[in-house]
Amino acid sequence: MAALGSPARTLRGLLRELRYLNAATGRPYRDTAAYRYLVKAFRAHRVTSEKLCRAQHELHFQAATYLCLLRSVREHLALHQEFHGKGERSVEESAGLVGLQLPHQPGGKGWEP
Amino acid sequence: MWRSCLRLRDRGRRLLNCPPADRAASSARLGLVPQCLARAYAPPTERKRFYQNVSITQGEGGFEINLDHRKLKTPQAKLFTVPTEALAIAVATEWDSQHDTIKFYTMHLTTLCNTSLDNPTQRSKDQVIRAAVKFLDTDTICYRVEEPETLVELQKNEWDPIIEWAEKRYGVEIESSTSIMGPSIPARTREVLVSHLASYNMWALQGIEFVVAQLKSLVLTLGLIDLRLTVEQAVLLSRLEEEYQIQKWGNIEWAHDYELQELRARTAAGTLFVHLCSENTTVKHKHLQE
Repeated sequence: MAALGSPARTLRGLLRELRYLNAATGRPYRDTAAYRYLVKAFRAHRVTSEKLCRAQHELHFQAATYLCLLRSVREHLALHQEFHGKGERSVEESAGLVGLQLPHQPGGKGWEP
Repeated sequence: MWRSCLRLRDRGRRLLNCPPADRAASSARLGLVPQCLARAYAPPTERKRFYQNVSITQGEGGFEINLDHRKLKTPQAKLFTVPTEALAIAVATEWDSQHDTIKFYTMHLTTLCNTSLDNPTQRSKDQVIRAAVKFLDTDTICYRVEEPETLVELQKNEWDPIIEWAEKRYGVEIESSTSIMGPSIPARTREVLVSHLASYNMWALQGIEFVVAQLKSLVLTLGLIDLRLTVEQAVLLSRLEEEYQIQKWGNIEWAHDYELQELRARTAAGTLFVHLCSENTTVKHKHLQE
């Protein structure tokens, strides 16, 4: 079985992602259906004994998967907007991407209009 | 799509309208300022967020998503309904988290639901299962390299335990191979896996096929479905060679990290989709086992 860490940690991670999601809409994340559902599910399946419960593990696995989804989508979107979202780059930008600079000639290269 | 067609037609007409002499002159002008015109590609514009509130209602066929007072529809204009509440909430969260424009490429769960509802390729359950099992012939973790030695060892250490687990879990034989022809998979293995996959419903199968196509591996997908691997682990195992090269040659954020995050997001979405859509099936399994 996959090691998932503590459920409280997963829940904290999920709540952090919900905060990120709702930062732009401006509404408090505690008002969302996702928040209510997650907290309810985590409360209902709290650990009551040391026994390994398959249902609880399954739920925790789903929560961890959802956390992975939200986090990766956020990071993917950030990378997309940083590097891919704006169409083609100019020559200067492409050069800057790999740490290079275009040669600069004072007085121009002589063939400009 | 529609808009870009219009734009294309406009440009075409402009070309038709201008007389030949003028065209020659304009191409001469083009030669002088090549860069501004050659770099015309811009990504298609995204649709604005046209709704304020996203809510869920329970209808006859399952749970529906409402954008303000309109019901969400699939691309084929069917009513968007999903079987479980958890999935509906996750889809609603995707719609609600779009800021000013709707970015469909980040809404993997919505996409998966649309595929399941519309079934655009019109495939039957058998065909989806066959498409998933076909990946076993070219399963990533069954293809091994012969050199360099460190990578050979890495593949052996990381991939062998998963293959062993799958062999024990399903009572089948899965070989690995270093030849370009790939491993030979016994017919019995295929039969067992086909009959196992047949116990899932159509929605879950669409998700399974999606994950298989992302990870390029049926064995890793089975590991995700049976809670043997986390998504992060499965993605790492699927990209093992790439990770090895990254360690050797360095990481590039806009290629490696970008792909990693996209693959993780897609795999996580597919896995969650399978789990949320097959809850009933899992319960049945337990009864059978007991």
